[in-house]
Amino acid sequence: MLDAEFFRRWMTATAASVDREAERLTALDSPIGDADHGSNLQRGFKAVIAALEKEAPQTPGAVLTLSGRQLISTVGGASGPLYGTLLRRTGKALGDAAEVDEAQLAEALRAGVDAVMTLGGAAPGDKTMIDALVPAVDALGDGFPAARTAAEQGALATTPLQARKGRASYLGERSVGHQDPGATSSALLIAGLAEAAGE
Amino acid sequence: MSDDRTVGIVLVSHSAEVAASVAELAKGLAGGGTSVPVAPAGGTEGGGLGTSAELIAAAAASVDRGAGVAVLTDLGSAVLTVKALLAEGDELPANTRLVDAPFVEGAVAAVVTAAAGADLAAVEAAAAEAYTYRKA
Repeated sequence: MLDAEFFRRWMTATAASVDREAERLTALDSPIGDADHGSNLQRGFKAVIAALEKEAPQTPGAVLTLSGRQLISTVGGASGPLYGTLLRRTGKALGDAAEVDEAQLAEALRAGVDAVMTLGGAAPGDKTMIDALVPAVDALGDGFPAARTAAEQGALATTPLQARKGRASYLGERSVGHQDPGATSSALLIAGLAEAAGE
Repeated sequence: MSDDRTVGIVLVSHSAEVAASVAELAKGLAGGGTSVPVAPAGGTEGGGLGTSAELIAAAAASVDRGAGVAVLTDLGSAVLTVKALLAEGDELPANTRLVDAPFVEGAVAAVVTAAAGADLAAVEAAAAEAYTYRKA
């Protein structure tokens, strides 16, 4: 079973990998975006960790809703409301249970990803974070490492795609050949799950 | 309108200067002395380009006179942040709407309409109608 501590480890692991990869995320965001993805997420997850320490939420749902709230208010770019909605909606779907199992997490995460698709209007193949998140949620039934692999492959598979959402979509065909920064950071988020589980 | 409460207008841009200037422009074109509450929410709290949920929430609260708040945005994270705040439920005043309208033309239409005492639905409709004005 997964308790609040597991979800805290998930956020901590994600914050650490975002910190580690911030320069790479911003570099990926330079040719097709506005070169702020790494620093924006770094600021957001730093605020998440500070809020989790200060408020010490006691349930999995509360950890994720608080984290999502922080991302919406501190990131300053489109990834804030998108990741914020992902975590908040996932957290709300988990309710106020003290512990959840992996199947409940998979179901909640699917609700979160659906909310992100509704908010941003993106579908699979649009060269967005959805291209890493949907395969990850699909693979979650096979365990966290399988989800991590699926997310990483999904992120890599965005390279030949043409962007159809966000600022990169203005570039049309020139967006082809670049890996999507949002899909890349989504893979970091999913990898954080495996790390929190010690897998 | 059965009372004198005025619809509030919030203008959200990636740039503080753009939001403030469009607010000035809209109020000016509405006849200068208009009493319509208009608040810009531009850029990040640090003064950079981007979107701040805090600035948006503060702006919406400052223009709420009980007749609803119409929020107009430029693009990208401005749109997504307002939508996320609306989905949150308690972050923005009751009866706050994201208006689907062009930013500058929609702002002018919204302020002019609100100044005439229209309700939120009419303000929203006027701002959205600005999309139909072709320039070429």
